[in-house]
Amino acid sequence: MSNAVSALAGRSYSGFSTVREAGLVGMVTLRGDLESPELAVAVLAATGCAVPAQRRRTVAGDWSVCWMSPDELLLVGPYASAPGLVDQLTAALAGQHALAVDVSDARASFRVSGPKAAEVLMKLCPVDFSALEADEVRRTRLAQIAAALWTSGPEEYSLVCFRSVASYAFGVLENAARPGSELFSG
Amino acid sequence: MASLIPCPHCGPRPKEEFTVRGAVLPRPAADAPVEEWQAHVYLRENPRGDYAEHWHHSGGCRRWLVVKRNTATHAVHSVTDAAEGRP
Repeated sequence: MSNAVSALAGRSYSGFSTVREAGLVGMVTLRGDLESPELAVAVLAATGCAVPAQRRRTVAGDWSVCWMSPDELLLVGPYASAPGLVDQLTAALAGQHALAVDVSDARASFRVSGPKAAEVLMKLCPVDFSALEADEVRRTRLAQIAAALWTSGPEEYSLVCFRSVASYAFGVLENAARPGSELFSG
Repeated sequence: MASLIPCPHCGPRPKEEFTVRGAVLPRPAADAPVEEWQAHVYLRENPRGDYAEHWHHSGGCRRWLVVKRNTATHAVHSVTDAAEGRP
């Protein structure tokens, strides 16, 4: 087995908020008919999560399931479990028009945390963070690249993007978190 | 250009998340004369008023949408998934 490394090996930066590359994160893309009972059963058996409603995210134990588009889910969990999860889903969905792929090594994952974490992302994404709900998944642009983000804890956001642009993403996040560049006082 | 597009899958989204492909036009038959294909591929009216275009929600659900909008007033009349109504 090769020695897996994440895109930026857990690089972090502390400004008025903390930006951290989240290290190795398991990510599985599942495409198929999200309304089908077979897919719901397979996702529940593999992750413990229900299939989320449009734009939502469900969490159970180590795994969470994010709605990505009308026929796509992103399953996020422990890195080492992702290949087994793909095998399990593929077996459960045999004969269905569905595809599960381990995309862990094709993505980079970040956490932005702190009381003003939203202000870092506000500078980069065309998102109304005051209207972003706790279980909402938002696919959008981060400066010039595609990204998806969601609230992953109190005062913490998780963000994923393509691995090839990980250092760009970290660079713009770091710049947006520089001390003194907060958007709102207090 | 209209700045908030009500994506049928993602809700109201800023135009920065989209890529515009161009007008929604009926596709000529595969064996149509080259002049007809030339017109289909290259020639556009650029109307002032109502216009239907294919927009790709590239920074969102990545679905192709049909956006009907007014090029003069920037009003967006309707946004539907391009696959809607297909068999």
